[in-house]
Amino acid sequence: MRNRARIMIPLVAAGLLAAACSGGGATPTPPASQPQSQGAAASANPDQLPRNETLYTTGTQWGPPPNFNPIREWDSAVGTKGLVYETLFHYDPNAAKLNGWLAESGSWTDDTTYQVKLRQGIKWADGQPFTAKDVVFSFELGKMETIPYHHLWDWLKSVEAVDDQTVKFTFSKANYQQWDFNLYSRSIVPEHIWKGRSEKEVLDGTNENPVGTGAYKFLSKDQDRVVLQRRDDWWGKTALNMEPKPRYIVDIATPSNEVAMGMLLQKGLDLSNNFLPGVANLVKGNFGLTTYYNEPPYMLSANTAWLVPNTTKKPMDDPAFRKALASSVDVKKIVEGVYGNLVKAASPTGLLPQWDKYVDQGVVSAKGFAFDPAKAKKLLADAGYKDTDGDGFVENKDGSKISLSLIVPSGWTDWMESARSISASAKSAGIQITPDFPDFNALVERRAKGDFDLLINNERQLSNSPYTYYEYMFQLPVQKQQNTVNFARYENKKAWELVQQLDQVKTDDTAGMQKIISQLQQIHLDDLPVIPLWYNGLWAQSSTAVWKNWPAAAGSAPKTGAVMWRNWLELGGFETLTQLQPAAS
Amino acid sequence: MRRYFGRKLLIYGLTFFVAVTVNWMIPRFMPGDPVASMVARANVTKPEAVEAMRAYYTSLFGLDQPLWQQYLNFWGALLRGDFGVSIWLFPTPVSDVITTAVPYTLALIVPSVLLSWVVGNQFGAYAARRKLLDNTVLPVGYVLTAMPYMWLAVLLAWAFGVILGWFPVAGGYSFSMRPNWSGAFLLDLLHHWTLPFLSLFLVALGGWAIGMRNMIIYELESDYSNYLSALGAPSRLIRRYAFRNAVLPQITGLALQLGVLVAGALVTEIVFAYPGLGSLILKAIQNKDFFLLQGTFLFIVLGVLIANFIIDIVYVVVDPRTRAGMAGAQA
Repeated sequence: MRNRARIMIPLVAAGLLAAACSGGGATPTPPASQPQSQGAAASANPDQLPRNETLYTTGTQWGPPPNFNPIREWDSAVGTKGLVYETLFHYDPNAAKLNGWLAESGSWTDDTTYQVKLRQGIKWADGQPFTAKDVVFSFELGKMETIPYHHLWDWLKSVEAVDDQTVKFTFSKANYQQWDFNLYSRSIVPEHIWKGRSEKEVLDGTNENPVGTGAYKFLSKDQDRVVLQRRDDWWGKTALNMEPKPRYIVDIATPSNEVAMGMLLQKGLDLSNNFLPGVANLVKGNFGLTTYYNEPPYMLSANTAWLVPNTTKKPMDDPAFRKALASSVDVKKIVEGVYGNLVKAASPTGLLPQWDKYVDQGVVSAKGFAFDPAKAKKLLADAGYKDTDGDGFVENKDGSKISLSLIVPSGWTDWMESARSISASAKSAGIQITPDFPDFNALVERRAKGDFDLLINNERQLSNSPYTYYEYMFQLPVQKQQNTVNFARYENKKAWELVQQLDQVKTDDTAGMQKIISQLQQIHLDDLPVIPLWYNGLWAQSSTAVWKNWPAAAGSAPKTGAVMWRNWLELGGFETLTQLQPAAS
Repeated sequence: MRRYFGRKLLIYGLTFFVAVTVNWMIPRFMPGDPVASMVARANVTKPEAVEAMRAYYTSLFGLDQPLWQQYLNFWGALLRGDFGVSIWLFPTPVSDVITTAVPYTLALIVPSVLLSWVVGNQFGAYAARRKLLDNTVLPVGYVLTAMPYMWLAVLLAWAFGVILGWFPVAGGYSFSMRPNWSGAFLLDLLHHWTLPFLSLFLVALGGWAIGMRNMIIYELESDYSNYLSALGAPSRLIRRYAFRNAVLPQITGLALQLGVLVAGALVTEIVFAYPGLGSLILKAIQNKDFFLLQGTFLFIVLGVLIANFIIDIVYVVVDPRTRAGMAGAQA
């Protein structure tokens, strides 16, 4: 009897469980017609955001929001910098000038002193006034060794608060170009909250309840989203006469481009900053989607994709070989075949279209290159690379085989196709290139150590100055690990000196910049340490179902970028939000 | 009885040990260095700063210690319930990441596994030897069970999500909502849950229905069925006996299938951007997030083992022969 009772217990438990489950599972059908009622019931209740006041975005975040720390400019939740925390200036890439943001104005009082005047009446979200002390504090955080802008203190001597509204920066060496970049890139954090945080907390803290000066605050988060709510007491409403139109912004982490595409078509998404292959067809068809241009390349340009040869290896150490390689790549085929015209072929200098005025056309016409297999063959022959064993591919000067591998991260399908295309067009010039697709992390490691032949990279984004591109190409000294710049490990002292000189040209001295940049372009095109391929787009697909007046090249539409990517809100992304209009109005 | 469960527990303990060890090893033998890519993402220009960050994170994650030490530390931390800090979602603790994801995964897997099993068995048993149903159930069942989860999921998402617009294609609940205890929110949860549930349910359903149908036909042809029908027993009664015998292999099948079902659920979650463990595992692999990967796998291993253990108990309950065997062992 006792035995039987013991056996009954799990049975009853299992029965209850099954009952509970079938009870829950039997109901899935009714809610099918439910969602329509939600829109109508919309009110100020933040548990149910009204569709006509909410902007849904995606394409920045690929997983749960990990932190709200503005120091972590590379992985903080969307909007941490730009919507919640703000910078002293914003940069307008079209007019190529800094616009005062937290700062009303800034100027060089002498060659090594920069003075910033802050706006009156700005308050932190907790009501405390924003003062010069916060600015001093934020820049001094960089004295900690692991803070990303630590290197600033190599040439910045001191930061002082002259009075509540004035900050004075004194430099040991004035790097004007880099300084402008810092002015619109560094978030200002509140001293009264951050004071006393250890280096570990500053760098690694999640900063769970961020208090910023910005136009939004975080409302909630979940594994696949962050929700931001507009602050109606934001200072910019009066001081800048600007107001971002969406009351709520929901940034969604979509796991794949297919999901993003599906949601765009369902009108559940207003702005996708994903690369969506084939979006050109949707823009042309009547799907309520817009992009910046309504014809190729559809998107603004955001960065340059470079073919990076490892210049410490044979035969890539020979400029003649690199030039032949450059002439053997059919970029047009990649632009049309792989991207369906969503990108633009790069100029031989690799400078983004926004920097056109710095391109020395004389240098380009004399030394530039274009796809020309016959010329590539001739360059190879002249330099002594001959096909001695008759397999259709040239050999090294000493007769050894040339077999190069081109690495791009596995899963980056557009780049994988491009690598195949490069391999095919190089073959016609007699260069043997095999595409190889390692895992992204493995690639990063090999790239840092210089353990590769060729790779594609596009990590440098549009900025205030071509200086950042030339730093990327020429920075010295070459270290054991090259993590962010000069992956080609190209050493040219003269070029690096010129880059440093360029850094010390004032940013309003266009002629002075042009003079140095023209010299740099000569070196670049003579030696081709990196080969520009195409300009990647500022991917932005917007739906006109709920919001209109998206940026566009045509008509009177705004000319800023529609983008939520990190570090792009200061480059016009925020201004775009202020120009939106509800589609219903 | 005690010996039976003692032996089972020992086997589960060994399986757990091996699974956890393998789970610790795999990410460490993948190519690439997680700290290197983490630092690379930081876009720090100055080499010295990069070195400082690198050294700091390497020691923070304990990756500078010899492998055997890392392995011991791992067990130590595990027993304290500490899964470490996620590298990808730095600095969120792995346990936090998992706890937000687990309810979604459980809410998908448990109902779909149990319901598909129950419904599939009933349906298969009912269809056996009934010409019209048999001619339809069999082919439909084969098509369903042969379908990869992912593919059916994509079809459902496209048809009901994009084309018809009846169901959302992403998320665990509407992007316009905040979790609360209102009826509207619960309905919204169900609304998002339906399609991923259906894709898991349908694929599994086909397999169970076919299995049951075949078993029933086999049982109906066995001697005891023939004998019963010769005695003039009603066919309902015969079918009931046949069902009771046929269900045993199906229970074993459930235990065997659990791993596959969990894997299917993970893939389905990715298709529907459902915020469960599936999307987490994918990202953890892509980002070489050792700690998150260990945490999620550990959770799955534990889940499957516990489920298997429950099935063992159920087996004892429903199959008198196991009990007889145990009694024999005791004597």
